[in-house]
Amino acid sequence: MYRYDEFDHQLVNERVAQFRGQVARRLSGELTEDEFKPLRLMNGVYLQLHAYMLRVAIPYGTLSSKQLRMLAHIGRKYDRGYGHFTTRQNLQYNWPALKDMPDVLHDLATVEMHAIQTSGNCIRNVTSDQYAGAAKDEIEDPRIVSEIIRQWSTFHPEFSFLPRKFKIAVSGTPDDRAAIRVHDIGIQIVRDGKGEIGYEIYVGGGLGRTPMIGKKIADFVPKEDLLAYLEAIMRVYNMYGRRDNIYKARIKILVHEIGAEEMKRQVDAEFAEIRKTGALHLPAEEVARIQAYFAPPAYETLPDESTELNKAVVADRDFANWVKSNVAAHKVPGYAIVNISLKPIGGTPGDCSSEQMDAVADIAEKYSFDELRVTHEQNLTLADVRKKDLPAVHAALKAAGLATANINLITDQIACPGLDYCALANARSIPLAQQISERFADLDRQHDIGELKINTSGCINACGHHHVGHIGILGVDKKGVEYYQVTLGGAADEKTAIGDIVGPAFTEEQIVDAIETIVTTYLGLRQPGERFIDTYRRIGIDPFKESLYATH
Amino acid sequence: MAQHSRKGAQIQALTANRLADGIVVYLTADNRWSESLQDADVIEGKEAGEALLARAQPAIDGNIVVEPYLFEVVREDGNIRAASVRETIRQAGPTVRLDLGKQAELPGVHR
Amino acid sequence: MQLIRNGKFVADDFATVGDEDALPDGAVIVSLERWQKERDALTARNTLLGVRLKSGQEPSAIADDLDKLAVVALEFPVYRNGRAYSYARLLRERHGYKGEVRAVGNVLRDQFHFMVRCGFDALEVADNITPEIWAESVGVFSLSYQPATDGREPVLSLRQRLAARASAREAV
Repeated sequence: MYRYDEFDHQLVNERVAQFRGQVARRLSGELTEDEFKPLRLMNGVYLQLHAYMLRVAIPYGTLSSKQLRMLAHIGRKYDRGYGHFTTRQNLQYNWPALKDMPDVLHDLATVEMHAIQTSGNCIRNVTSDQYAGAAKDEIEDPRIVSEIIRQWSTFHPEFSFLPRKFKIAVSGTPDDRAAIRVHDIGIQIVRDGKGEIGYEIYVGGGLGRTPMIGKKIADFVPKEDLLAYLEAIMRVYNMYGRRDNIYKARIKILVHEIGAEEMKRQVDAEFAEIRKTGALHLPAEEVARIQAYFAPPAYETLPDESTELNKAVVADRDFANWVKSNVAAHKVPGYAIVNISLKPIGGTPGDCSSEQMDAVADIAEKYSFDELRVTHEQNLTLADVRKKDLPAVHAALKAAGLATANINLITDQIACPGLDYCALANARSIPLAQQISERFADLDRQHDIGELKINTSGCINACGHHHVGHIGILGVDKKGVEYYQVTLGGAADEKTAIGDIVGPAFTEEQIVDAIETIVTTYLGLRQPGERFIDTYRRIGIDPFKESLYATH
Repeated sequence: MAQHSRKGAQIQALTANRLADGIVVYLTADNRWSESLQDADVIEGKEAGEALLARAQPAIDGNIVVEPYLFEVVREDGNIRAASVRETIRQAGPTVRLDLGKQAELPGVHR
Repeated sequence: MQLIRNGKFVADDFATVGDEDALPDGAVIVSLERWQKERDALTARNTLLGVRLKSGQEPSAIADDLDKLAVVALEFPVYRNGRAYSYARLLRERHGYKGEVRAVGNVLRDQFHFMVRCGFDALEVADNITPEIWAESVGVFSLSYQPATDGREPVLSLRQRLAARASAREAV
């Protein structure tokens, strides 16, 4: 993975010093809250329902064991012994004190981490595929370009006060695990007819109160021009994005209002000008320098079949179930990708205790080249595990309470923190996810239902990605009572779709039954081999409406 | 239930967060800041609400607390209860982690 | 309000005049509207001239007049509105403007560094800004990852020079 050089270190250390000064000025009263708020918001510090919250950047979701141990340590020393992994592949602490924040940032900097641009109207942490480097059909490791973008966007003088926050996601495979079409900019790595690698660019995707799917405005941007092209998009947005209404300030509204064609025209015109100067031309040497950090680890030459694995699958049903749902194919024979579910039955999606972080760090160090990933579905991934080590990895995860076998199944839900933690929420999300998880706890039933993604958000800001859940749940407030609105048919992959609202919202008492009714309806109508989303796309919303509302 | 308070005559208390550590606090009758809602000064009516906000001002100016606001409470069996789910959670802690927050630390917290 | 020009605290030698105000003697800064209406009269005065652009008034509106202007003042109606960073870069890099680009409006210390990087060489700042604060704020980051208008060498190119020096040393 990428390692800081002297320049990276210096910049992060200067940032820590700057924030230390800002916090000191606030605590001494030199800065008022109004003056301080935008400064803390440039550094991932929010004031939430119970306390401050700190959001730590995990660039493109990649972590070393050492970094994860530091996150565990910070959780213990400055927080309440845990952290929360988010849909942005970041980590949030829910209880840190403001006065400790500079020390937390200092500790993070010692392991090459920071909270830079994890909030504010700037270019946020770049997100990517958790299978980067290990996926079978990968054209190029998306972390190379993600790191290049991270550096270019850090303290960008022109784009630190955009109309609104800005999120970029990169996918290196045709299967999109990074949800690039619901980001402000989605980058799909492609290869042209001559075998050259370049980038397909989507712009104007996003969730929130006006969900939109990104529009493709470039089929192939050459590698050396990527930063010039991105700078062109950013400049068009910075100049023409709306600033009169916070709800209309994201780039998706600009693209929607002027149209994708006009957006493309403006970006192309700006790109041509920027390209002329050559200042943002990306030298092959720098790409190579960064690429070297993401060189494949020292894989052993192994047979693809592992007798240890095969024996264990036959001997241990729990293990077999876990392999079936949590283990994915690797590009190298004899290796596998292991997904660690942070969705135990009845637990809080994405929460991880400091002890569990330490355990995962040890497992990653021992079995996966000292590295792990955070997924946008709030799980963790060990990308490079020998198949013969899978039984040992499973046992170690089980001992840490991390062997839940439910990846992509109905209990592997995304949920935002909701009203239990968030100052903006209208309703609780986590308890709902927990009740659904308990209702569908039976593993045989989960496997019978198959792949089904339920995403829950506690307000219209859609941090729980409800629009793109196969089943989406949105908490709303009706005259002081929590209600839940259901959408069906959303998807965040290469066939991205925004879910359709099924009908009137449900009460807290009704909602879990309603989810079960939807699932039962699907099971009754599916054809062999169909997932929920396939059935939905074939039959539409009406059968679900009928079973949900006809009897009411 | 995101509303901090509803319109009309009502019984209210005042909450804020401590600047240095962010912890939720309530303004008491003797102008202290307590972590417990049970210690909060409870007032009735718009004018009394404004007076309560005015009493919070020195602590704002003195950089003791931030983001003060009034919210609706009810008196029940001699206890003060928050009227909304939001404020109930705020004075207790996350409903999904009963071991954290005031519910684990203080007496008189309701859920 | 004080003026910092090229890092020095100086007296403002320009008067910013409203659209209805009578023109004083000496150098003035006028709105885009007034400039467009009274261009000939203003240029005939033979004093230094400046135009103030609001957020939404793009530099292209005065692109043909830049040789007549000693100052282009770009307005930050609120610090959160960062349009003028792009305007400043366009003035310098696209239109080749060599005169003064002045930041006016809600100009805060935590933005000085970004403004200078984008080509502002003059800033109208609050009275509580001291030379010490200016120095600390403008120099908050000693390195930059990306090229901008200030011509500061980006980290990427520093790395290349470092690598070239290292390989030269090896060759010896």
